[in-house]
Amino acid sequence: MERPLTKHIDLNRPPLNLKEYEQVGGYEAVRKVLKGMTPVEVQKLVQDSNLKGRGGAGFNTGLKWSFVPMGPEALHPKYIIANADEMEPGTFKDRLLLEGNPHQLIEGMILSAYAIQADISYIFLRWAYKKAAILIRKSIAEAYEAGYLGQNILGSKWGLEMHLHTGVGRYMCGEETALLNALEGKRATPRAKPPFPQVSGLFGKPTIVNNVETFCCVPHIINNGADWFKGLSKSEDGGTKLYGVSGRVKKPGCWELPMGVTMRELIEVHAGGMQDGYEFKGALPGGASTDFLTTEHWDVKMDFKSVAAAGSRLGTGTMVVLDDATCPVGFVHNLQHFFAQESCGWCTPCREGLPWVEKILLNMEKGHGRMEDLELLDMHTKMLGPGNTFCALAPGAMEPLQSALKYFRDDFVRHIVEGKCPWHTATETPKRFAESLMV
Amino acid sequence: MPVIFIDKKPYEVKAGKNLLEASLALGFDLPYFCWHPSLGSVGACRQCAVKVFRDENDTTGRLVMSCMEGVKDGLHFSINDKTAKAFREQIIEWLMTNHPHDCPVCDEGGSCHLQDMTVMTGHDYRRYEYKKRTYHNQYLGPLIHHEMNRCIQCYRCVRYYRDYAGGDDLNVFAAHNHVYFGREKDGVLQSPFSGNLAEVCPTGVFTDKTLKEHYTRKWDLTMAPSVCQHCSVGCNTIAGERYGKLRAILNRYNGEVNGSFLCDRGRFGYEFVNSENRVQQPLIRHRPGEAVNELDLMRYMEASLPHSKLIGIGSPRASMESNFALRQLVGANNFYEGIGEDEAYLTRKVINVLASGSVHSVSLKEIEQADAILILGEDIWNTAPMMALAVRQAVIKTAAREGAEKLGLPVWQDAAIKEFVQDEKGLLVSVTVSASSLDDITTHKIHAAPDDIARLGFAIAHELNPSAQRVPDTDTEFRTQARTLAKALDKAKRPVIISGLSSYNESIIKAAFDIAASLNTSTIKAGIAYVLPECNSMGLAMMEAPSFDHAVTRVKRETGITAVIVENDLYRHMPSADADTFLSHCANVIAFDSLHNRTTEKANVLVPAATFAEGDGTLVNYEGRGQRFYQVFVPPNPFFKESWKWLIEMQLLKLQTSNGHNHPPEELLEKLEAALPQFKGISKVALPHDYSVHGERIPREPHRYSGRTSMLADISVSEPKPMQDNDSPLSFTMEGYKGNPPSSAIPFFWSPGWNSGQSVMKYQEEPGGALRGGDPGIRMFHDKAEEKITYFKDIPEAFKQRHEKWVLVPQYHVLGSGELSIYTKAIEELSPQPFVAISADDAVELNVKNGDMLKLFVDDKMHVLPVKVQGDIVNGVALVSAGLRGAEVMNWGAWVKIEKTNSGL
Repeated sequence: MERPLTKHIDLNRPPLNLKEYEQVGGYEAVRKVLKGMTPVEVQKLVQDSNLKGRGGAGFNTGLKWSFVPMGPEALHPKYIIANADEMEPGTFKDRLLLEGNPHQLIEGMILSAYAIQADISYIFLRWAYKKAAILIRKSIAEAYEAGYLGQNILGSKWGLEMHLHTGVGRYMCGEETALLNALEGKRATPRAKPPFPQVSGLFGKPTIVNNVETFCCVPHIINNGADWFKGLSKSEDGGTKLYGVSGRVKKPGCWELPMGVTMRELIEVHAGGMQDGYEFKGALPGGASTDFLTTEHWDVKMDFKSVAAAGSRLGTGTMVVLDDATCPVGFVHNLQHFFAQESCGWCTPCREGLPWVEKILLNMEKGHGRMEDLELLDMHTKMLGPGNTFCALAPGAMEPLQSALKYFRDDFVRHIVEGKCPWHTATETPKRFAESLMV
Repeated sequence: MPVIFIDKKPYEVKAGKNLLEASLALGFDLPYFCWHPSLGSVGACRQCAVKVFRDENDTTGRLVMSCMEGVKDGLHFSINDKTAKAFREQIIEWLMTNHPHDCPVCDEGGSCHLQDMTVMTGHDYRRYEYKKRTYHNQYLGPLIHHEMNRCIQCYRCVRYYRDYAGGDDLNVFAAHNHVYFGREKDGVLQSPFSGNLAEVCPTGVFTDKTLKEHYTRKWDLTMAPSVCQHCSVGCNTIAGERYGKLRAILNRYNGEVNGSFLCDRGRFGYEFVNSENRVQQPLIRHRPGEAVNELDLMRYMEASLPHSKLIGIGSPRASMESNFALRQLVGANNFYEGIGEDEAYLTRKVINVLASGSVHSVSLKEIEQADAILILGEDIWNTAPMMALAVRQAVIKTAAREGAEKLGLPVWQDAAIKEFVQDEKGLLVSVTVSASSLDDITTHKIHAAPDDIARLGFAIAHELNPSAQRVPDTDTEFRTQARTLAKALDKAKRPVIISGLSSYNESIIKAAFDIAASLNTSTIKAGIAYVLPECNSMGLAMMEAPSFDHAVTRVKRETGITAVIVENDLYRHMPSADADTFLSHCANVIAFDSLHNRTTEKANVLVPAATFAEGDGTLVNYEGRGQRFYQVFVPPNPFFKESWKWLIEMQLLKLQTSNGHNHPPEELLEKLEAALPQFKGISKVALPHDYSVHGERIPREPHRYSGRTSMLADISVSEPKPMQDNDSPLSFTMEGYKGNPPSSAIPFFWSPGWNSGQSVMKYQEEPGGALRGGDPGIRMFHDKAEEKITYFKDIPEAFKQRHEKWVLVPQYHVLGSGELSIYTKAIEELSPQPFVAISADDAVELNVKNGDMLKLFVDDKMHVLPVKVQGDIVNGVALVSAGLRGAEVMNWGAWVKIEKTNSGL
């Protein structure tokens, strides 16, 4: 089984430096492209590989690039940005790539920048990834030194600048247009589309924002071709995927696997099954903002289309497992607390709706829930749907809630009927993290 | 025009609009918060959701925000769709989770957009049962009150304050449901346009603090259409009264003039009406029992007038009616403008230029739409604030229009266009004596001495059209600069040149004309605007009377003269020596004014005059637009009468032809038109006094006006008969015509379901468009086709510094320099201390630093002022605070000696 993205990652040693990276074929793709491919050819190749955005939306990457205005009329500078603001709860796959092989990301970004003829690139890094920040800074310096960045890269007339930008820890910055605003020094509120960033992005100039994992796929597609990349997959989406599993499994972790492995294989084989004494109750397949899948979905292929058909989203491909000893209401409350706190405050439904949902769930956990609360929760899952809010944050927040209400409704009812959380003793009421700090 | 289908019915709509604008223009009640006709769409509040269908057969549809979706021919959408309605109602319920239920104690109650929208969506029961979030309220200065708990986070305040008005000290902080709108820390809002926050805010977060001092609900106000008295722009206002006190000034939309906004001087400068300094009773001084009643006054007049040699001193702040009634009383040959020769001369130059018709006198709206603006020697931020705001819109909108075109986006896509445009700006050339608050949006910024400003202007004109005079003695740098600016201006399709009187420099006025004239082509008529000092400076000057200086000569020459001075404190327009000379040479002085001042102190006979709130009158603004202000209320003090009414009575006494007839303003104005044809049209600026709609008059009070039967019960329990208004078609009651009155006579904006100021759209042809029936005001300058241009010839020499002497240039202050607005305590509090500003080099030469005292020797008089060192002033120029209370009028434009004071002085 080929693992192109993680092949050269060994967490027991420092990541490959530039020389070592070159020794294993690093930056070959950059040479190949600058020597003999036009930007549009690169776009086409990536489009043909059926590489889909790994940030969660699953849009064809090459197609996304093709919307960038090209030619002498196009506005410059154009920008290319790596979204490394990995803040989705339960998601830690980009971290592996960032800490494991930063040069792979830089190479992928150079190739992608060439494809759209970008002039300036940024890596927007999650604030907490301190180790990655050090490694990236060092790697960028190495790449400049070796002439892979800067003016006239490898004697071509094309040049690219690259900067590392570390965020301040807002989930909202993972949304590509909010990320752009943050990068401009403005409030991290999302922007309305159209215009899309490809046309009017960072500082109003053509911009592409891709996920770290997406960029990391690009060198391998260039080196090995579109068919090879498609052949890695077990489904129609091209390539391998970094899957992760967290929760009460025996071996939580992150693995590069062919796109389209089943949930069963992920949990039973790679995560080693559930910990002894714990039953699988459900899982969020792609981070906190995806719908629960349950045992009935055990054999669903983990690719964009199949997971969508099962009523959820592949998202980031990092699964959060819910076991039978964890209160599903508390679980969802914890998520809603996160989403309510991370709402940027721009649009009414998200800003006002999420805190209400959070309060209802906390109230329920404390044993004060009423049957009408279920109606209110149902109402929110509908009213905070896609299109009703300005961006996807609140609809994403509603995904675990609406599926929990669907699959675990009995557990919600028990909270109300019993007047307490069945998973907690009467004296032990759950505290929010912030409250626990205040004690 | 595209046809759209709303709930299956076809409607023809304007292309390029969004669904919300189209729906509102068609008269549909669709709720919204974050959208504003002047601010565009951002899609934040999600209140205006409708359901859009793929085609006529689609029954599923999708929810969209109507403010973010453009009209398309054949588009189907539904306002009444169940899901859309439920969602809109839900938005209100969400907003109410944190909005306090404090309407009864909230200043906004009764004119609150949030109340209106809440009722409109049908939301009536709140299921939220948890704690609401609370905030710290900030001290934002004496004008605006802050109550953050009421905030519904529509973001309008910051979008208005920062993006529209260019302020930077109000911002949005924090995130999620703790978003906070305020300043970094407590403190006075710095923008002179902060008052608009009270109208932009859809609820009671930002409210008028001066109203709070004597609070009244909007529905309890007696209101009248008015015109601002505080500068030459002539913004339209609504003035509201209760219990004999003027309570508030609100914006009265006029698409050609002020649009949706007012400046703080205009909004808050009304309290002189309620001042304790009002002239309360006629006084005949130097005899026992000075205060007299009307009968005694008239007896006195009757006895003295027929034998008096009368001369009249008019005023740039008195209405046309009062000035003309004075002229009628004293005779055309004995009527003088109440302004000094310098100002009168400059104003006449302006009128010559505008009346020639070879350049186009622009309205504020036309300034907003300009694609290139040159400001020549006028500090409009301080002398005509709303013009500065219009200039800002022009600069921003030019870039936005171009950006929108490139992106293929409609102009209402506010955020997207701003993002694309970034710092791009339309052309704004600012050639002024010192830095201006417009500098942040100025593309070419030049600071020079007045004569050099004029020379650059002439040079630009010459570059544009060689038949304009060439400027002698210039260097290459100067010529290159002129050429660059000329080239930039030449590209414009709608260029506007702005200048004015405040540099007291004739050449600047001429140069501004020369540039505008040289920009004319067969298709382009360049626009021009000259800022004048007072609200009726233009109207007074159009009367073509001799200046005050001639009156001084006359009283020195002739004896036994009785001077009738109408609403004019001579000491604000003339150096005090001149005013003193004049007053001491008059045998008798009869003064009419609303407030005691240095001139009224010296009058033998003092007659109380009504302010704009107690009387009717017509003003002519800087562009030559005649506009009527209507009496707001009948003052409890019967002596508060318009000067023109007193003057008519005096004339009748003088002629001994009094017959007790009423003389409405239009009668006087028709006589004015006959006597001075340049005023043609002025008698039509308002409806005739006997106008009615189906026999009904236009009520000044909303139909919800309360307490009429009881409010005077402490005086008499019988309900008094409503006062009659014989001068206008407005009535002092709540009864009368309930529809929309003609655009020139709208006392307040209200429409069923729309109690807030947002109801203005029901009076407009479309949201943000002209008022139905046309925006009010009649312009008295008309463009003339094919006019042969005669360029000015006398170009001044280049400015040269003189040893130990400086050129005096006035520095006006938006809050502080107004003669009347300073009576508002809050404005007095914000008024700066007077100073003299000089350059850093000059400060070195004089050996002074900031705060040191300087002596200025002006016309044998010494003034001592603290120095302010400003990096942006050219050497040899001294900017001196002007127009502040008690400040002396100086010989502006003259060279004066300045010295450092010795310690101890």
